[in-house]
Amino acid sequence: MRSARAVSITLWLLLLLTCAFIIERTQFSADLTAFMPSEPTKNQKVFIDQLKSGAASRLILVGIEGADTETLVSISRAMSRQLRLQQAFTLVNNGEAVDDEEKRKFIYTHRYLLSPAVDAERFTRAGLHDAISESIALLASPAGLLVKPLLTRDPTGETVRLLNSFNHDTGPQMYDGVWVSPQGERAILLLQTQAEGSDIDGQQHAMTVIQTIFDQITKAEAVSARLLMSGQGLFSVTSRETIKQEVQRLSIVSSVLIITLLLLLYRSFTAVLLGTIPVLTGIVVGIAAVSLGFGMVHGVTLGFGITLIGEAIDYSIYLFLQSKYNREEAHNQGWLNSFWPTIRLGVLTSIVGFSVLLFSGFPGLAQLGLYSSAGLIAAALVTRFVLPVLLPGHFHVRDVTRFGGVLIRVSYYAVPLRYLTALLLLVACTIIYIHRDNIWNTDLAALSPVSDADRALDTLLRSDLGAPNPRYIIVVSGDSIEAAIAGAEKVSAQLEPLVEAGVIAGYNSPSHYLPSLATQRARLAAIPDRDELTRRLQDATADLPLSSERLTGFIDDAQRARHAPPLQLSDLAGTPIALAVESLIVEQENRWSALIPLQAVTFNGHMSSIDPQPLQAALEKASRSSALFIDVKKELDQMYSGYLSEVLYLSLAGFIAIVALLLIALKSPRRVIRLLLPLVLAVIIVIAGLLWNGYRLTILHLIGLLLTVAIGSNYALFFDQRFHQGDGAGYRRTLASLLFANATTVTIFTLLAFSAVPILKNIGMTVAPGVILALLFAAILAERSTDLARPLLNRDAKGR
Amino acid sequence: MAALAKNSGGVTTFTEKKFIAMLDTPLESSGELHYTAPSYLEKRTLKPTPESFVLDDGVITIQRGKKRHTLKLKRHPRIAIFIESIRGTLAGDISALERSYQLALAGNAEHWQLTLSPTDKRMADILNHIVILGKQETINTIEIHQADGDYSIMKIEEVATP
Repeated sequence: MRSARAVSITLWLLLLLTCAFIIERTQFSADLTAFMPSEPTKNQKVFIDQLKSGAASRLILVGIEGADTETLVSISRAMSRQLRLQQAFTLVNNGEAVDDEEKRKFIYTHRYLLSPAVDAERFTRAGLHDAISESIALLASPAGLLVKPLLTRDPTGETVRLLNSFNHDTGPQMYDGVWVSPQGERAILLLQTQAEGSDIDGQQHAMTVIQTIFDQITKAEAVSARLLMSGQGLFSVTSRETIKQEVQRLSIVSSVLIITLLLLLYRSFTAVLLGTIPVLTGIVVGIAAVSLGFGMVHGVTLGFGITLIGEAIDYSIYLFLQSKYNREEAHNQGWLNSFWPTIRLGVLTSIVGFSVLLFSGFPGLAQLGLYSSAGLIAAALVTRFVLPVLLPGHFHVRDVTRFGGVLIRVSYYAVPLRYLTALLLLVACTIIYIHRDNIWNTDLAALSPVSDADRALDTLLRSDLGAPNPRYIIVVSGDSIEAAIAGAEKVSAQLEPLVEAGVIAGYNSPSHYLPSLATQRARLAAIPDRDELTRRLQDATADLPLSSERLTGFIDDAQRARHAPPLQLSDLAGTPIALAVESLIVEQENRWSALIPLQAVTFNGHMSSIDPQPLQAALEKASRSSALFIDVKKELDQMYSGYLSEVLYLSLAGFIAIVALLLIALKSPRRVIRLLLPLVLAVIIVIAGLLWNGYRLTILHLIGLLLTVAIGSNYALFFDQRFHQGDGAGYRRTLASLLFANATTVTIFTLLAFSAVPILKNIGMTVAPGVILALLFAAILAERSTDLARPLLNRDAKGR
Repeated sequence: MAALAKNSGGVTTFTEKKFIAMLDTPLESSGELHYTAPSYLEKRTLKPTPESFVLDDGVITIQRGKKRHTLKLKRHPRIAIFIESIRGTLAGDISALERSYQLALAGNAEHWQLTLSPTDKRMADILNHIVILGKQETINTIEIHQADGDYSIMKIEEVATP
């Protein structure tokens, strides 16, 4: 016996050590990809990759507000000046001409490669004549200042044409050459970090740098203003912070509450201390299991750890309260014989319920499933094998038998209560029927750990910047950059007529900034040699006020361009053009995709949707299969509803698995139905309650319901077991343990219901009422013969 | 200037010559000017290529062929300074002019000459000075001298009222 005890303890300690070792090496992640499918469709993959590591994920939007526009603009200038010196940023743009100058220089240098106007016609006598006449006309117009310095080297006006086509109308508003919001209440900056969007520490560092510089400037200039920041990477930083803080706060508060509650209950520090052992072991094993199974742990999973306390604490309560009179027997042999099988079945039910989540295609849910299953197994095993060994010989908790009387009374008066329950069920079903079209929340954002306020800020800054999240994207893939860009070029050619026809308002393509090699070569081939060009130029300018003698610079540049190699993506590095191209090209496993965001036509200030028909037709013409038209909103909605129905099916599968398990264990369909009835009732009434209060069900509510069934099944099992084993003596003790297990569970989930993290909040507000109802209904609907309950009641009455 | 302020508006024709160093001959254009006190000004070029330039209460709209551009002057202080020179003179708004220019008035009511020199350094990099010639409450010539030596002369004539 002694050696068996030593083995249990040693194994347990070894397990803890191993887990600690694993957790120490674990990577924790807080990005939004936990709720992105692990096996996405072709369309979904594009924007998931973008979220993870696209150039867009490295962008930070900065707003400065809370002062008059003049002050904001001067802060913006000062900040940009300092931020440009920082290693942490690859791009700092506040609308100032700094970047424009560089951009202009780049475009000017490579104008004959980039300009779509350069074709075989352009360098003929007529082509030159028309282009130069146009430039001279421009010279006289208000745009003249821009044209004049370039005229002798770029008389065909390629630079101005390119600048015009690159500067989209949707650009931000300007105040004195700096970006501001339309009403001028905010100055806007766009930054790109050196760090990847998924590098949360790097993103956090960038945030700190921005904040520090802002503080220094406002302090030095003695002005007051507020700094706003947003971006994909920042979302990760904030949600990591929020989850961390919430998990810490909730862990502390719930621990204090539970310990107080247990102290009141047990009147023994030793008991409280011992009671937390299964919980802590469960959490540690859960995290380690997820770390081993997935290679990393999502912050959300960590947050879920608190919910595990709610169930795992019950095990030790059952042990302590139910085994009281058996403690003299060697290692609670009595408890092991009479109670352990019931708890074991309860744990198995919970595990079966949760393990279905392992089959989820979404890593966040799969992690949750593994975490709960592993954590519960560990907690139950520790309760069974370690805890009894650790109990000191004189272990004693307060006699709580009389608390059991409450449930007994409920149970006794249950017959009239059954009618009430039936009525309640009717009301609940009516409520669900009324809300039948609005049961599900179909917004993916419901899952995101990003708060509504942060999302609203992002939308605000984006609209200030005139860069809303693009809703429509065409994706062209190929097995090289060149193939993707060439594809994008073909698609662009088909899109031009659609812009003319007003089907779309505009589009952006990486091929504008980096044309395909074939196109670049064709453009260069259009440039004639020096003698020929000189001759043609003389002819072309014969009747123009600009004589060809002044245009030797043009001839030199054209000849230089003619012998220069075509532009490659690597040539763009470090130029402002690079961002434009990089954000439109995605590489994933040697497949390259060019993104072509489409701009919908605006009617009365409202963005209308794009008719997919003509676009599909255009894509058909451009390429057979490599181009995809994606409506991001539709894809996200589909992804979410796929997600929702997956969880719904998994929950059903879990439920069926639980039924099957109970059928095998209890071997009586009647008992199983009786056992599940209170749980089903609790679920239906909680759903009705949520709908009644204006909530719509999300996946998190579903998981909450699954938890309710998992925890509630323990209650129902105890009622069932008491009846069938007819052990009248321990009845009240069992009921008391249920009451306290329920109280601790409700405490924890009520705390969660007030959490700032939506995931925890939704689970909390589902489980807290759910488990109360499950216990009540289990008591009301428990099968009993009057001869069992009545004598107990009588004895209880006599005892006072 | 007080006389100018009384000018409530009207239609005039203009011919403009731009002298640009790199061109062998000056560029000529002509068209109509519409002015309604105090803040609507339209320059409609008819030859050689139709183009319109409208200033309406701080918003500039430029139309050239199919292309149309809109600018809010409030957001482009330097362009605003430039435009203000003409609008301010037409409206006789001395205080508006003095905010951005050093003013020099010469001649008499029958034949006056107003010279505007920008006080802003960055503005002075582009614009050297503007000379406005007039008679009583009418303006007949606007000369714009750029910092690089190029200049334009715009002659303005009243449309003969029938």
